Amino acid sequence: MKKLPEILLSKEKTQEIMMGNWGLVRAMVEANVRVVTSYPGSPTPEIATAIAQIPKAERPFYFEFSVNEKVATEVAFGASINGHLSCVFFKSVGLNVAADSLVQLGLMELIGGMVIILGDDPGANSSQNEQDNRHFAKMAYIPIFEPSTPTEAYQMFKEAAALSQEKKMPVFLRLTTHVCHYKELIKFDAWNKKELDPNPKFDAKNGPYIPITTTVFPLKRKALKKLDEVADYSDKTTVNFIKDNGNNDVGIITMGLPYYSLLDVMQEMKVQPDILKLGMIYPLPKQKIIDFLKNHKEVKILEELDDIIERDVKMIAFENKIDVEISGKSDLLDWENEYTPDKVKEVLRKQWSQFFAPAIPKDNKKPKLTPRPAQMCPGCGHRSAFHAIRKAINKNVITVGDIGCHTLGFLPPYNIGEALLSMGHSNGTAAGLSLFNTKRKVISFLGDSTFFHAGLPGIINAIFNNHNHTLIIMENGTTAMTGHQDHPAVGKNFNEVSDKIPILNMLKGMGVTNIRSVDTYQQAKLTQAVKDALAEDGFNVIIAKHPCMLKFMRELTKKKLGTPPKVHVTAKCNKTYECISVFACPSYQVNPDGSIWVQEDLCIGDGSCKQTCPTQAIESKAKEEK
Amino acid sequence: MFADFNIFIIGVGGQGIGLLSEAVIRAAYCAGLQAKGVDTHGLAQRGGTVTSQIRLGSKAFSPLIQEGSADIVIALERHEALRGMNSHLKNGGDLVFYDAVWQPLDVRLMQTKETQNETIKAECKRREINYHRVFKDDLKNSKMQNVVVLGYIAKHNLIPGISKDNYLQAIKDLLTGTLLDQNLKVFEQ
Repeated sequence: MKKLPEILLSKEKTQEIMMGNWGLVRAMVEANVRVVTSYPGSPTPEIATAIAQIPKAERPFYFEFSVNEKVATEVAFGASINGHLSCVFFKSVGLNVAADSLVQLGLMELIGGMVIILGDDPGANSSQNEQDNRHFAKMAYIPIFEPSTPTEAYQMFKEAAALSQEKKMPVFLRLTTHVCHYKELIKFDAWNKKELDPNPKFDAKNGPYIPITTTVFPLKRKALKKLDEVADYSDKTTVNFIKDNGNNDVGIITMGLPYYSLLDVMQEMKVQPDILKLGMIYPLPKQKIIDFLKNHKEVKILEELDDIIERDVKMIAFENKIDVEISGKSDLLDWENEYTPDKVKEVLRKQWSQFFAPAIPKDNKKPKLTPRPAQMCPGCGHRSAFHAIRKAINKNVITVGDIGCHTLGFLPPYNIGEALLSMGHSNGTAAGLSLFNTKRKVISFLGDSTFFHAGLPGIINAIFNNHNHTLIIMENGTTAMTGHQDHPAVGKNFNEVSDKIPILNMLKGMGVTNIRSVDTYQQAKLTQAVKDALAEDGFNVIIAKHPCMLKFMRELTKKKLGTPPKVHVTAKCNKTYECISVFACPSYQVNPDGSIWVQEDLCIGDGSCKQTCPTQAIESKAKEEK
Repeated sequence: MFADFNIFIIGVGGQGIGLLSEAVIRAAYCAGLQAKGVDTHGLAQRGGTVTSQIRLGSKAFSPLIQEGSADIVIALERHEALRGMNSHLKNGGDLVFYDAVWQPLDVRLMQTKETQNETIKAECKRREINYHRVFKDDLKNSKMQNVVVLGYIAKHNLIPGISKDNYLQAIKDLLTGTLLDQNLKVFEQ
């Protein structure tokens, strides 16, 4: 196997097994993209993982993790109106953060072109909702491609880039979680490397780039005219194609990964419907749809998440007076979850039970099993923090969580973090909860990457409007949940060393006078700090610090520095179960006889548990046994 | 040989599902099979259940396996073995699992009992599933449990069409240096 950079930068045709996210990087290279930006969020961060493998000096484009999705979009926009082909990528809900600037892009003459990669998350695998970002395409007048496989993602990126450059408009490429992470052999074309033109091409005459009052209307007209042209393209392009099964009665219109779910399910169907597979889902290939509707008596729209295509197809049928039976979603269940083969079978069975063999009755004799929810890692500083905070507060205190690893504090036994909206919401929400509230104290939580991403306005608002709650910043020195990306307080960015922006200094600079900073492993000290903070009126902050231990241990191993000895439970244990039921580090396991043992595959030897045992029965082993 | 063959891999975040899955899919390519796969990423990595699905053959379209239609479930933990068997393994299929125990939250909180091997064995018998428990007493590095399992699968030819040489080639593709040597040693045992 060749090294990844060799494949990504190969001048010749090549091929490799890789996930969709990695294939996109090869597509960026081949399209001669010059500027790429992002903010990490599942399911997209592996795009950056692949970029990171290319040594900086060999990277044919500039890449940065910006401070949030909106800034990332703006950096890509700025590059594009200076003549560079640019790309921004982020997760589904990242688009909400980017939206304020993103909705303007369609109005702009993007002379370099710009591709926006969306990682939507049907099934809410790693997101707080299942939002269907195809809605944004219509709102912002931006065409949207939707690939089904890594190969299609790679090809459609190049198609999107070419279209964007030709029309000087933004183009969306919408992947869903299991297309991002889908692995297959991708066959890559040759790379015709284009040399960088370092001359800035920005010219206000290319615009106008100031959309204000009456200048908005001609810009909007231009955007709509471009969309009309893309609609013609949509009818011609082969990304929208018909799989002809010679069926004059029944047809299915579908797109994305559900297309392949359908092909799987059709192997069990007695009838083989024709399929119109859409690769460009806005604007739609109108003529292809008209023909497809005319050629069938009954057409089903098989569509994951919302009923966007269904409505459009029904409108096309109505406007063209086509006599065809069209069905889409049949009940509320059809709106939820990923359209896996199982789900597609369920959806189609409701429509056409006669096409299927009778369902096999469910096997009710299977042994029951408890679920395994995600956990904070062994040694996680957040666990020590929650353990200490729990000791300082009663159930009367309202705790507001935020996005990040510390969101997991909502799980038992900690049950900390009882409301969640979005990145950085906690201080606004906590402020609202504190109004007309003299009886219940409010605590908000915030991670350190989120502090910079969208946390600042809520904090400034709390200072500005004299709100009354305690903020606990869970500072672990990285963007942990998405794979340890650096943030502004770390002292380095994706590419190089950069000036640290310490959170403590920022808070002081904003005028927060009441700040306590505690390492979370000092649990008693943190408990006291929380008690003291809650006893005060007004807005105050506790910085609960401890480095992400997953990252820390990986670095120890990488540097071959050896790892600390693991802990064990001594005879002093009198089964109070504090370690298991209250501190709840996953390393502690219970035997059928009620005795406790340490699962050494999990224990990292951090020892943060020792202080939790009332009988001091937890000790480090003498030394690491090899 | 077969229209499609479905491999469902399951474990806990941190157990090395990624490498195991990558090795299988690469071995399949080495064997000249059509293969596709998908892993669960993101939030689930933090000590939660992780799965990887691999489908071989020309009639496998989606990378996602339908419930109850995996030909083999490969698990790296005992509870997850039962979970994967319950959700995806077909009756008459193969269950291969490394018998590590990482108790789920409810077990640790003593709200429910740990899954016992006898339960899994009895369930395999009831559903005519071939039971393969893998455990290596003297394994020094728990990170290599995945390769122990891979070695077992190779030795017993549990994935049709993929030979031991194919797995070896895949491991050599994926690892280098001392890590490769250590893993090869464990694989061969």
